[in-house]
Amino acid sequence: MSDPKAHLTNIKGQGLPPDRKERLLSELHDEGSQDPVDHASEDISGEERLDGYDNFSAIEASPTLQGTYTMRIRSIDELLERDKMREKDGFPRKIRVGKLVKPARGGKEKFVVVPTTVEEKFLHDRVTTPTGEGEPTGGTGEGEEGEVVGEQPVRPEGGEGEGAAGGGEGESHEMESSAYDLGKILTEKFELPNLKDKGKKSSLTRYTYHLTDKNRGFGQLLDKKATLRKILETNINLGNVPDITDIDTTRFLISPKDKIYRILSREIDYESQALVFFLRDYSGSMAGKASELVVSQHVMIYSWLLYQFARQVESRFILHDNQAKEVPDFHTYYNLQVAGGTKVATAYRLVNEIVERESLAKDYNIYVFHGTDGDDWDTEGSEAIPELKKMLTYSNRVGITIAEHGYSAAGNTEVERYLNQSGLLKEKPELLRLDVMGEDAEEPRLIEGIKKLIS
Amino acid sequence: MELINQHTKKIMEGCKERAREAGLRFQDETLEYIVTNRDMLELSPKVMIPTLYDYWVNDVEVLKGKGKYELYPHNPYETVINTHPPISFYNDNNPDWLNVMIFYHVLAHIDFFQNNLFFRHTWDYDLTGQALADKRLIARLRSEKGRWVDYVIEFGRSVDNLVGYYDELSRLNRATIPSLSKRLDYYFDVFLQSVKKVKIHEYVHEIERYNDCKNRYGEMGEKSFFADAQKKYPELETVYIKSLRTKVTPKLDLMQHLMEYSPFLNKDENKWMKTVLEVVRKTSIYFQPQIRTKIMNEGWASYWHEKLFLQDDRIKGHEVDFARVHAGVTSLPRVGLNPYALGMRLFSTIEEMADKGKISIKFQMLKDSHAREKFDAGTAAGLDYIFRVRENFCDFTFIDTFVDQDFVTGHKLFVVDKRLNQGKMVWEYYVKSRKAKDYRKMLIDTLYHPPRIEIDPAKGEDDSLYLVHRFEEKPLVKEFIANTMMGIEYLWGGTVQLETSEIEPPAQDMETYSAAGAKEPQVVWQRVLYTMKNRKLSKTFVQADS
Repeated sequence: MSDPKAHLTNIKGQGLPPDRKERLLSELHDEGSQDPVDHASEDISGEERLDGYDNFSAIEASPTLQGTYTMRIRSIDELLERDKMREKDGFPRKIRVGKLVKPARGGKEKFVVVPTTVEEKFLHDRVTTPTGEGEPTGGTGEGEEGEVVGEQPVRPEGGEGEGAAGGGEGESHEMESSAYDLGKILTEKFELPNLKDKGKKSSLTRYTYHLTDKNRGFGQLLDKKATLRKILETNINLGNVPDITDIDTTRFLISPKDKIYRILSREIDYESQALVFFLRDYSGSMAGKASELVVSQHVMIYSWLLYQFARQVESRFILHDNQAKEVPDFHTYYNLQVAGGTKVATAYRLVNEIVERESLAKDYNIYVFHGTDGDDWDTEGSEAIPELKKMLTYSNRVGITIAEHGYSAAGNTEVERYLNQSGLLKEKPELLRLDVMGEDAEEPRLIEGIKKLIS
Repeated sequence: MELINQHTKKIMEGCKERAREAGLRFQDETLEYIVTNRDMLELSPKVMIPTLYDYWVNDVEVLKGKGKYELYPHNPYETVINTHPPISFYNDNNPDWLNVMIFYHVLAHIDFFQNNLFFRHTWDYDLTGQALADKRLIARLRSEKGRWVDYVIEFGRSVDNLVGYYDELSRLNRATIPSLSKRLDYYFDVFLQSVKKVKIHEYVHEIERYNDCKNRYGEMGEKSFFADAQKKYPELETVYIKSLRTKVTPKLDLMQHLMEYSPFLNKDENKWMKTVLEVVRKTSIYFQPQIRTKIMNEGWASYWHEKLFLQDDRIKGHEVDFARVHAGVTSLPRVGLNPYALGMRLFSTIEEMADKGKISIKFQMLKDSHAREKFDAGTAAGLDYIFRVRENFCDFTFIDTFVDQDFVTGHKLFVVDKRLNQGKMVWEYYVKSRKAKDYRKMLIDTLYHPPRIEIDPAKGEDDSLYLVHRFEEKPLVKEFIANTMMGIEYLWGGTVQLETSEIEPPAQDMETYSAAGAKEPQVVWQRVLYTMKNRKLSKTFVQADS
């Protein structure tokens, strides 16, 4: 080892030595002594000279490098507070609150609430033609011109974009907590209306007290019959009742523990819980942006309700094309894509059936949100309208969102038409709301939509 | 964040020595820091420069990055910043052999920064130090002016892609030929072109006449040349003398123009804004070459880490590990672009071609593909040639010059596009073209190319700022126009107008369109004028006058 060069040739001669790691390390250590001296000294002096560099000593000393940078990053709340000031100063707001979703099976999708913003500049845009294909990119390998080299579902099944699957078991409440945050931010930032007190008590976590529970030893009201029974039981066990036909109550021993009282107890009032039905049209025509829009909006509504109802929300998910079916979790609701016809009435009917079958109407505040592109094979709404009327008898709010396709004339979808003709929108504005937007609407528009649906 | 340990530093020094021997040139001192993924997330919005001025958009980006990391954890690679001395950041858990590979990669980046001419203006500029001074300046202003500092930063940044980067470069890269007489410069550069607007053949004729005079009369050539010119243009002498008296105003980009002429910014109470704008502008100019040499820079680094790693005697036995990591970084994807892979292959191809003397007219004239393949002049000048390419090219010229049919065919490259298959509800990716011309166009379309927007003092109402977007068959992003112009209006303190081109929406609707079949629809361009007045945006159509 005294001669590194010989050592090197030695290694090279051996090919792959078994103890290569050790040798590598020793060799690397060796390298230093093998280096010309000036290099090694240069290295050290290079670092020492740092102090000579005014700026570098300043960098080292500056708090940024001491790990406090994070502390100085503003929180979302602070950023939003600041954003509010912009309006006062006469500039439009710039921060949007978005959510990142990583869908997963079994309702374990993760939501993360993040702020986003765009720095607007003059930038070149792509020239889009009506036939507009995708943005061309590069590729390598075999394949004739025109040959298909890969496919991608319009709505990817296993999560969006980059990132490998798996990694980190999301607790199911984790999604709730982040959705709750989103709801909070939505409510505060976008000044969504707080829910109106609809004649019922507004608190959803309220409790009623009934003398339903029994308690031995103390309580509010003595239950004489139960107490007597208990005393008798004790005394039989003690042998104080020799003849069951001739009871001498004076010989009884009365233990305080035998006194049975009725006691006030908290009862959760199930009546004021909220149940939300999310209905989504997943027919062929919904592919792409329209679905994206509806799903995004439903995520936000869900978050918002979660916040408003202090997490006392149950949700049911229903998908429909020309048939409706209930799906178990948001993941399936979010991801499923089928090409089929459209019959809105089936979804409404399914909601009515569920409500009736499980007699939900008397226990829940029921909200129904329906997202569609407005297509319906039942052009006159002859089936949908009666179902809708029925739904309106028990629900607190039915909100219908229509994401119109760019190519159809505005305000001309079947659903919009038959809703208008039915007159229900005017008749029961408290119960039924409709919001129509273009399918390429942006997030602020979505929030506008939510306001319209629930105010 | 801490410096790498002595053991690792020694490895780095060993790498430097070997890289130098191979021909790379870079300064002696470098700084290497170990950072955590968290540090990386926090630094990346600041282009990895810890001392860059604080700005709330960066905070938003950090929060977003963190959210993303929560869902999709990943390990960032190494990062180098171009400063003096160069600083690079690493993960703390790399094995030695991997560090060797990464160090070579980093050294090649540093070599690129310090030798490529597009970085000329960054060579004698201490970025981190300057950034720190700027950061302090802005922090101080913020304590006095509050959030208005952030508005100025915001509006400055909204036009910081329009900085005159090439003007800056050309100032530094002036050719040092002995300058000819002023009169001659004036005659050919200004008089003939701008005053007389002569035809090209006349211009060339004059040059020939000048050369002729010079040859015939030597010293007296110029005099005799002008004697004739004077006959043709009697006014020449007068306008020349007049031109000497008028001061030449240097060409200013939009930000400079605002700083120089904005009535608002030049009010006493607003002068501080100009210092903020200057910081934003300088920072932008500093990073301009980075965006314009991405493919080359990454290709250069990948080329060298492969070459030097395989020659390095210290890492014997890790060839397989290396191969795995290297392939991960530099494989050509089936669909998609990888600048590392593309750049590296280009450099290898160029070297090979130059080795065989293929970068020559003789070779270019060959049409027979067999002969092209066989061609070998045995010049062996490849290495020297790629060093020259690394010095003189940027991504655009690099791609435009060297992506040819041989390259595209040789690496089985093609242009991919996607189309919707309605029946299966899938996007189909298909081979659109294998022609070098199309591939080159696709690459060039992905390059950074900010719009060219100039100020036209002659147009517009009084006191308004009139901007002209040069037409390059690309519209501007519509949604951004309003806010960007609002920012300029604020900085200008008056009405701002922007002339640009937009595509006229097709008159026919979808149905008649699809009935017409697969015929490519005609794109109709329309010149429009946006006016931002009192924070309200309006649009009018400009009649084609010229």
